[in-house]
Amino acid sequence: MSVAAEVRLKRLVVVDQDLCVGCMSCMFACSRRYVDAGLGYTAIYVRSAGGVEKGFSVIVCRACKNPSCAKVCPTDALVLRRGGGVILNPNLCIGCGNCRAACPFGAVQWNIYINKPVICAHCGYCVDFCPFGVLALEEVDS
Amino acid sequence: MDGYRLVDEALGRVLYIDLRRKTYWVRSRPELFLKFLGGVGVATQLLKEELSPDADPLSPDNVVVLAIGVLTGVYPTASKVVAMFRSPLTGNLGESHAGGRAPVAMRMAGFGAIVIKGASETPIYLSIHDGVVEFKDASALWGVRSSLTIGKVLREREPWPGMRSIMRIGRAGERMVRYASVILETYRHFGRLGLGAVWGSKKLKAVVVGGKRTIPVADVSTYRRFYKELFDEITKSSVMQKYHDLGTPVNVLPLNKIGGLPTRNLTSNSFEGAEEISGEAFAEYSLARRVACAHCPVACIHIAVIRERYPHEKYFYTTRYIGYDYEPIYALGSMLGIKDREGLLRLIEEVDVVGLDAMSTGVALAWTTEAFKKGMLSESDTLLKPEWGDWRTYINMVKHIVNQPNDFYRILASGVEKASKVYGGSEFALTYGGNEMPGYHTGPGAHIGFLIGLRHSHLDNAGYSTDQKYIGKEYPSPQSLIEELVEEEVWRQILSSLVVCFFSRGVYKPSAVSKALEPLGIRLSEEELRKLGMEIYREKLKLKIRLGYRLEELKPPKRVFETPSPFGIIGEEYFNEALQHYREKVLQLLST
Ligand code: SF4
Ligand code: SF4
Ligand code: SF4
Repeated sequence: MSVAAEVRLKRLVVVDQDLCVGCMSCMFACSRRYVDAGLGYTAIYVRSAGGVEKGFSVIVCRACKNPSCAKVCPTDALVLRRGGGVILNPNLCIGCGNCRAACPFGAVQWNIYINKPVICAHCGYCVDFCPFGVLALEEVDS
Repeated sequence: MDGYRLVDEALGRVLYIDLRRKTYWVRSRPELFLKFLGGVGVATQLLKEELSPDADPLSPDNVVVLAIGVLTGVYPTASKVVAMFRSPLTGNLGESHAGGRAPVAMRMAGFGAIVIKGASETPIYLSIHDGVVEFKDASALWGVRSSLTIGKVLREREPWPGMRSIMRIGRAGERMVRYASVILETYRHFGRLGLGAVWGSKKLKAVVVGGKRTIPVADVSTYRRFYKELFDEITKSSVMQKYHDLGTPVNVLPLNKIGGLPTRNLTSNSFEGAEEISGEAFAEYSLARRVACAHCPVACIHIAVIRERYPHEKYFYTTRYIGYDYEPIYALGSMLGIKDREGLLRLIEEVDVVGLDAMSTGVALAWTTEAFKKGMLSESDTLLKPEWGDWRTYINMVKHIVNQPNDFYRILASGVEKASKVYGGSEFALTYGGNEMPGYHTGPGAHIGFLIGLRHSHLDNAGYSTDQKYIGKEYPSPQSLIEELVEEEVWRQILSSLVVCFFSRGVYKPSAVSKALEPLGIRLSEEELRKLGMEIYREKLKLKIRLGYRLEELKPPKRVFETPSPFGIIGEEYFNEALQHYREKVLQLLST
């Protein structure tokens, strides 16, 4: 359990979004972490800030201590995670999409296959695939 | 291939679109992708099935195929999409590759290839997502001055931001300039051979495609492991570093130094203004941002900022952005004697705004300048006085190529070869099989490469890099040069079927490709891959011949033999011997 406990006390952060080149390597990494190839399961989302010449928005879960997403879940499928953010209990989730609408950062992505949210686990797998140092795992004080 | 199946069934889906009837249908063609891997391999087959050999390139009978491959959306730098069609510039096979978001977007939309047939009567654009194709009216978009505006407008209107591609033509495509491009996202292109004119003839203003899905693989853990290996190799390789740092313009100074930088319509092999328009200078003074194609950790796309003061408003500036690369710097810079960096950027911008191929446009302007200076053209033809270095005049000439106010510009809009047939000056009309010259005067390999390459592009067989390899060493015989070029082109058929960016070819060696395919359930040894490359090459060659390709007509412009290359003056005899050997080789290939 000690390993798991340690992992839980970290969170994914965007160090400097101006360094982002929009390569989507992080998105592919996150998706691959769950299953197969493609982008179907990515919890991180990179899009241009209105045309690539303006740069990119790197949208990640902020690991809120007091998360909007969990508050609006009618079935308590989103439980608070130590270190911030939430953990999804897929058995309880009814796919209503309230969490997606509630997150002010737009950080809840959607899994169209099972019609449930994709929630960032703050595992840091994507960090290793960003060649430009945009992302990092940061310790959070509990 | 018995017992094989395409693990990702969606890749085998080919979307057929009929612009006349405004209908579409999907056919499952997994066997095509299993056999030919995608891209060029698959597009060649689809074109063979769909395109009648006597179809006029600008008639509704022309067919456009867009294809991606088995590695798209699966591995890094599998970031290209292939377009095949009949070229209105050469009249023969047209093939153009582009990056941007299109390849990943197509795969995410759930199609391995898109076949566009017929022509619409009124301007339309296509929106392809969630398994449907919507035909949307584009009358109001038709005639809009800037192709960049079209991108902006559709960005707001269409779904799947971040996971889609917006491909569109500019006014050059609408007016069917035979070297009009299709622009993707911002600053990527289907540049060569006039795909933009074909879209224009079909009244197709834009195609938006996007989606988000998972791509199943056969063996997830091997896949993840090999992905990481490839990724590390790509991000750590020095080639990648060089393209990330300065981008393709890294080549300006070295080419200039060896005397391989075509200047002022190749009357010179080096340019006194090379420093000013070098990758180093652009990075230092103009670079605003580097961006990447989807799923490419290299990020070679370099975007410059143009900061211009309003003439009547003090302290009021317009800030605009424009992508730059080696090829536009050559074609619109050294080829036209332009060393004013800001001026060059504005010219590149204008070419993008109207949607023209930078290389063909630069060569067209360079030919015009020389013909004008030699008195073959008068001011009543050109309407302006072209002069090396005068980028303002060149910007106005670009507008004329699009608007075609007189016979001269109407003819120039058909390409340099046609123009030189009418006005003379074919000795210095730098075209190869009808396609205007890329930016390399590195030796025999480059020019022979342009001629025999099946799309007359420097990327077909990289003769320019073969040349550079032999600097300071003994140059190969005509026979072995041909062997080397054809072998390279054969292997590149695999890369452009997969479809992998050529910049990462050093990583995607035969052994790596074989390994990469395995977790996808495709088992092909290095030997089998090479054989397949040859089969695709042969298929493409046959298609090209069916469309009227005549090997006897292959002829280089005389200018090539007048301006010294890094190997001195290129010998005509050497050249002819090489071509002769190539013709024999083709005959032999076709008979087996
Ligand atoms: S999903 Fe949004 S609201 Fe929920 S924890 Fe993350 S950032 Fe906060
Ligand atoms: S931290 Fe983990 S779950 Fe979150 S975006 Fe990165 S890879 Fe995905
Ligand atoms: S991997 Fe890094 S540079 Fe690439 S899109 Fe993600 S955050 Fe941006």
